[in-house]
Amino acid sequence: MYTQSFSVPDGSDDAKSAGLKAVPKALSAQDAALQAQFDARIDADGRIEPREWMPEAYRKTLVRQISQHAHSEIVGMLPEGNWISRAPSLKRKAILIAKVQDEGGHGLYLYSAAETLGTSRDQMLDALHTGKAKYSSIFNYPTLNWADVGVVGWLVDGAAIMNQVPLCRCSYGPYARAMVRVCKEESFHQRQGYEALLVMMQGTAEQKTMVQDAVNRWWWKCLAMFGPPDADSPNSAQGMRWGIKRISNDDLRQKFVDATVPQAKVLGVTLPDPDLKWNEARQAHDYGQIDWDEFWATVNGNGPCNKERLGARVKAWNDGAWVREAALAHAKKQQARQMKEAA
Amino acid sequence: MSTPALKEWPLWEVFVRSKQGLEHKHCGSLHASDSEHALQMARDVYTRRQEGVSIWVVPSASISASEPNDKPEFFDPASDKVYRHPTFYVIPDEVGHM
Repeated sequence: MYTQSFSVPDGSDDAKSAGLKAVPKALSAQDAALQAQFDARIDADGRIEPREWMPEAYRKTLVRQISQHAHSEIVGMLPEGNWISRAPSLKRKAILIAKVQDEGGHGLYLYSAAETLGTSRDQMLDALHTGKAKYSSIFNYPTLNWADVGVVGWLVDGAAIMNQVPLCRCSYGPYARAMVRVCKEESFHQRQGYEALLVMMQGTAEQKTMVQDAVNRWWWKCLAMFGPPDADSPNSAQGMRWGIKRISNDDLRQKFVDATVPQAKVLGVTLPDPDLKWNEARQAHDYGQIDWDEFWATVNGNGPCNKERLGARVKAWNDGAWVREAALAHAKKQQARQMKEAA
Repeated sequence: MSTPALKEWPLWEVFVRSKQGLEHKHCGSLHASDSEHALQMARDVYTRRQEGVSIWVVPSASISASEPNDKPEFFDPASDKVYRHPTFYVIPDEVGHM
């Protein structure tokens, strides 16, 4: 599904590992040459590949961002998975299962991309399960009615696509290629979500109320997904310099608002913002203030579902340990048997 | 570079040949306990929308890659041997397509 458009420092001990503010170590002559080569490649809009030299801070930032993205895909299966057994028709249930299956695949692509940077999946999962690594704040909100599933497709995945399309041109090759694959499938998610809502909006008064209620609860949280305002986003400049980030948080957010307003109109819902209006001079929509305190509370573990989400992940991991071990033991036995036969 | 935890399933590289494709193309990697498991996972993850008709999985540890730093020297000899290309040879027009 989806990434937070910016990379949140993981644990407290990790805050300094980004190394952005640290005094740079004196570079040896060889390192300086490599650094110059790297900078030239970035300036020429070239791709960096796994076995090439890269600054340590670039590597760490990417590991953090890509693994956060992967974790978001995996945790993001939970709020939607919540409705699989209660989907209102067999068709909607099959669609939802296919979508959640895609999210699992997206997580896999992204973990693989992160692994090319020299981390292992078990290390990343361990960071997630011990609360050291973040995932997108949006998945800490509950899905309270069936319309939420459609709204998550339309708005949450819609915001994700806004974020991810520029990432297809990210300077790190494996991440960019993973995003190309993800974006293709993501557009299925957004369209199916929107279509599910369109059907409900042609239904009974209760169904329409459900859709509006879901939009009211998710709208502001989706705007916050683009990350803090540019002025409060000190890491963005570095991300831009490195070609990881292509468009600023505020610019992406504006694009999202401008794209979504006409979609809401077609759907027949209102967006819960009295300050939302077209600005002729800017040729863009003005919108109200985002509640950043709530956003940061959620990012820092105090949203409505943080404990539940992480708890579900940790339980699945712990309860599944014996199955993973059994698969490995079986593989070893098969291998030993083959060796014996070959001998 | 860290060594993966001992209990982790090994990493596999996945190559898929599409229905009209002439060759297998690398499309990603995954962790699986053995090759059969890897094939099944690759089927589910990478060919869910009929992307391919044939899958190869290879343990990542079995792959050797060329060194990025050697790129210029390693691939250089190709550029000064233009006689390897059919367009280097001039054939009279009356010979027709050859």
